[in-house]
Amino acid sequence: MSVSVEPTSVAPSRKHSAPANTGESAPAKTGETGEGQELRPHAEDAFADELAALAAHDDRPRPARWKLSPWAVATYLLGGTLPDGTVITPKYVGPRRIVEVAVTTLATDRALLLLGVPGTAKTWVSEHLAAAVSGDSTLLVQGTAGTPEEAIRYGWNYAQLLAHGPSRDALVPSPVMRAMAQGMTARVEELTRIPADVQDTLITILSEKTLPIPELGEEVQAVRGFNLIATANDRDRGVNDLSSALRRRFNTVVLPLPESPEAEVDIVSRRVEQIGRSLDLPAVPDGIDEIRRVVTVFRELRDGVTTDGRTKVKSPSGTLSTAEAISVVTNGLALAAHFGDGVLRAGDVAAGILGAVVRDPAADRVIWQEYLETVVRERDGWKDFYRACREVSA
Amino acid sequence: MREGDDVSGADRAGGRESGTQPLLLGVRHHGPGSARAVRAALDAARPNVVLIEGPPEADALIPLAADEGMRPPVALLAHAVDEPGRSAFWPLAGFSPEWVAVRWALEHGVPARFIDLPATHTLAWDRDDAGPDPADQEPGDGRGSAGEGTAEHPAGTGTGTEGAPATGSGRAGAGATTTGPAGAGPDGAGPGVRPDAAGPQAARPDGDGPEAVRPDRVGTEGVRPDSVGTEGVRPDGAGPEAARPDGAGPDTACPDGAGPEGVGADEADVRVDPLAVLAATAGYDDPERWWEDVVEHRGVAQGDAFAPFTALEEAMAALREAYADRDGERDLVREAHMRVQIRAAQREFGGGVAVVCGAWHVPALRRKTTVTADRALLKGLPKVKTDMTWVPWTHRRLSRASGYGAGIDAPGWYAHLFDVPDRPVERWLTKVAGLLRAEDRTVSSAHVIEAVRLAETLAAMRGRPLPGLSETTDAVRAVMCEGSDVPLALVHDRLVVGDVLGEVPDTAPAVPLQRDLARLQRRLRLKPEALERELELDLRKETDAGRSRLLHRLRLLGVDWGEPTASRGSTGTFRETWRLRWEPELSVRVAEAGVWGTTVLAAATAKAEADAVGAGTLAEVTALAERCLLAELTEALPGVMRVLADRAALDADVGHLAQALPALVRSLRYGDVRGTDTEALAEVAAGLAERVFVGLPPACVALDADAAEQMRRHVDAVHTAVGLLGDTLTDRHGDLRARWHGVLRVLSGRDSVPGLLRGRAVRLLLDDGRIEQGQAARLMGLALSPGTPPADAAAWIEGFVGGGGGMLLVHDERLLGLVDAWLTGVPAEAFTDVLPLLRRTFSAYEPGVRRTLGELVRRGPGKGGAVAGAVAAGAPGFAADLDRERADAVLPVVRLLLGLDDTQAGPTADTAGAAAGDELAGVA
Repeated sequence: MSVSVEPTSVAPSRKHSAPANTGESAPAKTGETGEGQELRPHAEDAFADELAALAAHDDRPRPARWKLSPWAVATYLLGGTLPDGTVITPKYVGPRRIVEVAVTTLATDRALLLLGVPGTAKTWVSEHLAAAVSGDSTLLVQGTAGTPEEAIRYGWNYAQLLAHGPSRDALVPSPVMRAMAQGMTARVEELTRIPADVQDTLITILSEKTLPIPELGEEVQAVRGFNLIATANDRDRGVNDLSSALRRRFNTVVLPLPESPEAEVDIVSRRVEQIGRSLDLPAVPDGIDEIRRVVTVFRELRDGVTTDGRTKVKSPSGTLSTAEAISVVTNGLALAAHFGDGVLRAGDVAAGILGAVVRDPAADRVIWQEYLETVVRERDGWKDFYRACREVSA
Repeated sequence: MREGDDVSGADRAGGRESGTQPLLLGVRHHGPGSARAVRAALDAARPNVVLIEGPPEADALIPLAADEGMRPPVALLAHAVDEPGRSAFWPLAGFSPEWVAVRWALEHGVPARFIDLPATHTLAWDRDDAGPDPADQEPGDGRGSAGEGTAEHPAGTGTGTEGAPATGSGRAGAGATTTGPAGAGPDGAGPGVRPDAAGPQAARPDGDGPEAVRPDRVGTEGVRPDSVGTEGVRPDGAGPEAARPDGAGPDTACPDGAGPEGVGADEADVRVDPLAVLAATAGYDDPERWWEDVVEHRGVAQGDAFAPFTALEEAMAALREAYADRDGERDLVREAHMRVQIRAAQREFGGGVAVVCGAWHVPALRRKTTVTADRALLKGLPKVKTDMTWVPWTHRRLSRASGYGAGIDAPGWYAHLFDVPDRPVERWLTKVAGLLRAEDRTVSSAHVIEAVRLAETLAAMRGRPLPGLSETTDAVRAVMCEGSDVPLALVHDRLVVGDVLGEVPDTAPAVPLQRDLARLQRRLRLKPEALERELELDLRKETDAGRSRLLHRLRLLGVDWGEPTASRGSTGTFRETWRLRWEPELSVRVAEAGVWGTTVLAAATAKAEADAVGAGTLAEVTALAERCLLAELTEALPGVMRVLADRAALDADVGHLAQALPALVRSLRYGDVRGTDTEALAEVAAGLAERVFVGLPPACVALDADAAEQMRRHVDAVHTAVGLLGDTLTDRHGDLRARWHGVLRVLSGRDSVPGLLRGRAVRLLLDDGRIEQGQAARLMGLALSPGTPPADAAAWIEGFVGGGGGMLLVHDERLLGLVDAWLTGVPAEAFTDVLPLLRRTFSAYEPGVRRTLGELVRRGPGKGGAVAGAVAAGAPGFAADLDRERADAVLPVVRLLLGLDDTQAGPTADTAGAAAGDELAGVA
């Protein structure tokens, strides 16, 4: 509920100011941090060189207030080599179509909704899109169950309000409001976690492109270049589904899970290694086989078909995202390090997998058992895993 | 004026000479852009005769194209008269340039002729290729894999699946025939027909076009220049390239430049797909898209109607020059034939000749050759007697997904492009919205507007002149489907591919299936007679087995000539009795079934696969599997099995699985009798059993009385099936029975399972000797103890001794005592509740058993109860103990009956004797 107390005018000043929402949002840059000291710099700062190089070579038409043409934005995300040899690193590895549709959506005046299970780079893509399109990825509203309307519309600086009465000076604009006034790209994270009535404040903004301020008898009209990117988790329980009125304002792009098993194994092992290092877990020599196995199990249950494409299996109710696979492996590593012999074994991951798969005790358990008996039991070299799973499921 | 136009047209198209030069219109088969351009060119040139790439035998059938009953898509079918499996198709959609040319000719009263090499040669060619055809005629044909079947099945509408017709020939056939058309289709011409030749290789499961083709070709003939080589089979779809190239771009400046050198493409690619070379030169990674941009998306040619053809011809000439060495021998022959025909037409009509053919052939037709050289090429070609007819086709079969190699991805989209007068994207998205609305998705006009905007912006960003299929699809997904691919699949299925079904007038000649049936009837000496008669078959005899197969296959096709009836006399599995009667309307049914294939086997196979995909329940699929075995459709079986396995894997209802299992196990045993390979079937059955084992215990909790009764039947069915299955499978699934017993144990010991099922489980275990009588008594005691609600206990008793299992109580005094003690302990108010249950249980017993039980109970429990198995004294009219002497007197007879001889029978005979004695006592 906290509202930033820093009074900011709605005028298109381009300074980084604290977003007017709860503390989870991107931290404002303040003078205290020295340049280059940030734990994690914003996309537009980290890739400033690439953005500049792209802008220099970009001779295609740009929509109003866009820093780059849609084509250049797509190149920024997907990577490529410019005529002068500058290499643009790929920010998103996935189907080209997805990025093209996303960028094109922003070029029309429709808002963009990025859907996907956790760990599919929704936030990452949205940050880079905003950075490439508007040169600023900080106009961010983090959605939570407690996100108030003020976070999307505007709040008040109560000291000012009491002292001078309602005025533009007492108004604390939200990131969305500032984006409207400046023709920038606003971002809303985890849109479906925001309570439905608060979500609906977006409808006027997205359809009328205006934000009335009844207290002052004024309104803020969006200038050309304003758009909004929202992200949402499409397989989460207990979310506030979008009303159809709001949904209609969005073009939806679903970010897929990694396409190939190899890519996923790669992602999992890389992340596990990073996390393991920060937790001071000992490095595991031949954990890769176990990781591959976890990824295989996750993928098969998720896709509803075995990797050889011959047998169908039922899918459990859990999401079985890559992020969960990472946590299963990390847990297994911790188990192996602290209670085992330091080698990641089937037994170390079995319990974690069971927990990830069996979310609904009745239906999922049958699905898991069936999977064990019809797929795992007969697979060569999976005997130990089968036994371990039997043990924990019993 | 006509003359003038003609000349100028020819002149421009030819680009070289004027006057008598024929007007060569190179097209891409199934290309709407080409079709439009052809129409414009014909309108402008007004030729005296239209020559079309296609089999000349079909000339007589051309007038049928104007028939009111004729609706594209249709296909020309050529088949060898005495070998219906040897066939080839030339499919034509409403937007095919060839069809447009035919219709144009008919509308303007101008003669139209097909000028490709006659099918009589092309079909014969393949026979030669085939060389030794391992597969014998009829079985020879395998059908495409299930895969294809499946894919297409949905088409199932009647026309059947692509597989159907395609099948005539070998599985390979599928590949083959299919290809044939493919090949054919594309270049229209030489249908790479490969009939059964392919058979051997049949194996390719996905049988997708080209590759499918290639291999077999190679396999069989070693070098297979023909359709493949030449026309270049696109990797994914066969002939298309051929098709494509030809179609290639009018406005494409690039193609010209496209010489080989220009193209970085590697040789192999070029050979396979000349169009890809052109596209790559133009900077496209996907030739299909390039084609769309350059040809399909242009409106009707503005101004010069011949410009596109000129440009295309130049591009093709450059390509062919560069890859001259790759010309297939067969292409050369076909092109020679076409040249001969063109010359003849020119002589006959004195100029004004228009030729519609695959663009690839244009340079060859333009080339100057001597008449003698051409004739020499055409000398001594093999021949086979062929017949032609029109058959209905479907969009689905045109699409590549159905394994029709030359196919196009999106017949529905192309038809749309061809049919709409203007604003194709707006109209398309409106259509999509209509479809989604019909499926109860909320799609407003605003959605359509946004989708159009998104598609156009996407096209602009991708640098395309107009939104194509990929842009509109992306827009539909993002705007109308909320990013989901599920509704999108519907759009793809219904609109992009489409359900359009062609029609053929009744006057079209008969389909080859009828001929095949007549041939089989002759061979098997099974005459169609209107008089009903009964036919006894001994399946151990070759002819009888053949008859049985034929009748079963016909039944699958809906031709109920024979109806199986119960055998009199012998009950052996090798006997079958049929009641035969040929009703006149069966001929009509055969004609209808013609869409499924050209031979009975092929048609039945295709039909079975289609039925499998369309089947509503798991049990239907298992029943179908059973019929496939009876009809010996070995090619269809893998497909059916795959459907079965998939259904089983996804079916969450154990009841369905349990229902399916017995039929499957039965099939397994039939398969044994007939020597069919049932490996796959056994695998599936074992998998099904596993799933039942896993799913059964959770499914048995919280059931009401009716559901419990139903589940009890399932448990019984599975028990029997597992018993049979255990006999059949030994190696890999040896422990199946043990695992089933484990499941029964779980059931018997779980309180949340209804009493009926617990009792049943205990009984089954007891019967199999898996638990001791004492243990059974303990479990019964638990179930009947005072803490259990009486109704539940009564249900337990029903499960344990219900369904005629009363003999057990007669023999086990202890169990009877438990029941008796429990019953007397039931409180009066509960007694009326359990009475119906008990009545149901005990009334099912045979009168003798009932009476004995009554006697035993009246005598009172406990007296002789200590010794299990011994009948205690006290029953009126009975002695206290057995009369040993009289009982022993029975033994010799019993031994005789049981076939036990004295030496080994010792103890067994004794027990048997004792048991028999008891039984006699009971019944007496």
